[in-house]
Amino acid sequence: MFIGANAMLFSLRKLLTLLLAMLALLALPARAQLSIEITGAGANRIPTAIADFQGEGLLPQGVTNVIRTDLERSGLFKLVDTGNKPMPENAQPVFGDWKSRGADALVVGSVLAAADGRYEVRFRLYDVQKQVQLAGFTYLTGAGQYRPTAHRISDVVYEKLLGEPGVFSTRISYVVKSGKRFELQIADADGGSPQTALASHEPIISPVWSPDGSRLAYVSFEAKKPVVYVHSLTTGQRHVVANFKGSNSAPAWSPDGTKLAVVLTKDGGSQMFTVNADGSGVRRLASSGGIDTEPRYSPDGQFIYFTSDRGGSPQIYRIPAAGGDSQRVTFDGSYNVTPRPSPDGKTLAFISRNNGRFQLAVQDLASHQIQVLTDSAKDESPSFAPNGRMILYASEIGGRGVLAAVSLDGRVKQKLSIQAADVREPAWGPFQK
Amino acid sequence: MNSPFRHIPLRALAGMFAVATLVAGCSTPGGPEQTAANVVDRSPGKPVVATPTIAPITTGELSGSVLATLTDPKSVLSKRSIYFDYDQYVIKDEFKPLVDAHAKFLASHADYKMLIQGNADERGSREYNLALGQKRADALKQALKLLGVRETQLESVSLGKEKPKNEGHDEAAWAENRRDDMLYRDATKPAGEF
Repeated sequence: MFIGANAMLFSLRKLLTLLLAMLALLALPARAQLSIEITGAGANRIPTAIADFQGEGLLPQGVTNVIRTDLERSGLFKLVDTGNKPMPENAQPVFGDWKSRGADALVVGSVLAAADGRYEVRFRLYDVQKQVQLAGFTYLTGAGQYRPTAHRISDVVYEKLLGEPGVFSTRISYVVKSGKRFELQIADADGGSPQTALASHEPIISPVWSPDGSRLAYVSFEAKKPVVYVHSLTTGQRHVVANFKGSNSAPAWSPDGTKLAVVLTKDGGSQMFTVNADGSGVRRLASSGGIDTEPRYSPDGQFIYFTSDRGGSPQIYRIPAAGGDSQRVTFDGSYNVTPRPSPDGKTLAFISRNNGRFQLAVQDLASHQIQVLTDSAKDESPSFAPNGRMILYASEIGGRGVLAAVSLDGRVKQKLSIQAADVREPAWGPFQK
Repeated sequence: MNSPFRHIPLRALAGMFAVATLVAGCSTPGGPEQTAANVVDRSPGKPVVATPTIAPITTGELSGSVLATLTDPKSVLSKRSIYFDYDQYVIKDEFKPLVDAHAKFLASHADYKMLIQGNADERGSREYNLALGQKRADALKQALKLLGVRETQLESVSLGKEKPKNEGHDEAAWAENRRDDMLYRDATKPAGEF
């Protein structure tokens, strides 16, 4: 009797502990955020001073640090010490002082309370050498919107100083696996403000952003088989795009966002089809005796790059998007997969197996020159930043799935990881409209 | 593509016979396995093991007993996985009796459907591995069709490298992950696969 009661108490406590552990597990992914580590930087970083924004104490958190972190993480800016003294946006800078601190560029700003309860964030960007203002903007923002505002300021600074758009305001999606739980998450490009679009006990793979950034297509295994969905991020609604007999996978958006290329096995073998975004109008794209998969449209919509084993080993080919004859694109090595054309269509990123190691490589499509960008062993799923400067990809460190990013020249390197979880299947979203 | 399976129909009869003996062997645990006949071993010094084989009387097939033949660990049909060599999609000889047994069951139970899930080891691209797993699932589907199973009873899909049986990262783990799993569904019931 006594032993029985004790055992029962013990099992109750065990149950409670288990329940608490389960709750903690459930809560974990929502709080867990990608932490970014810079592991390599560009050769010629622009020395930039970002003075503390005056009055940013009005906001729940300051904008200065977000801007500094953005620019530094890009690997293209070197932060110059500002002495932590706030400098109002409308003060005339003493250029000589900034020059002696080694700054080529200077950002100053102010946060002011607006009449309607919102805030005015003003900033100016100066060329210290030429002693001229390069940009000056005012943003009206809610207190909770300080991060998007800071990212927009970073984008302006980046574009004015480098002559190409920044990607700090863009978003990324990725899949987090913790235990048996899979979550499709969306976060700012810096890993901030993560949100879960889909949580499942079955795998989720191959997420890809619609060109307007409003929807994600992905493959979910919740029906014991791969099925392609399109998920609206604004409404949280989703619909099945392809759920034919057999497997349905590898979605890729056409640049106009009306169609998807998908891989279906309904007629035998893994073969490419196109389908309207609402799931109607399925059409066969190509026919081969082997595997055709991983389609991806060229940015001009003319071609579809894909992986095929038709030549005996998996290699990358391309086919006119309207169908026609395929051309082989990769020739070196026995395993080249996952083609991802750059936003300007000039470069192809892909995964190449070299001595048993799966590594991110790029090929110049004009010169056919190939460069392996990483020294890792389990790279997967590359995804270009919308400005084409960086490639985000999945890798593995210490047996755990992490995301990594590398610049096209291989110099700038970042690692994005989540404590105690596997992160995989990254997809970099388009520019915000 | 079909060349690996050309010889299957020729072997089907032999395979089915092998399965019959296997099932009989299973029904007499501890008993002699070398024959399907009802043999009592009376060698001196050995315990006398009676192995009566009483055919169950059924008035129409009870789905409970069908379920048992699919799920009873002693039934060959409870074995649901076949394994493949690296980069291979050919059903190995050691699994042919199992494939034969499942084909025989499906051919005589039109109400049952099979979902074949192909799998790949973790090396390489997720989508390419999905296609490799599909080749394995398709190979089994093709073999079952050649053994007389109706197309409508079969669906071959792939889980790629997404659902490893063994989470390890060595050849032993990979060998367990290069496989087909067979899931049954009773088409007359709403309940899911088992």
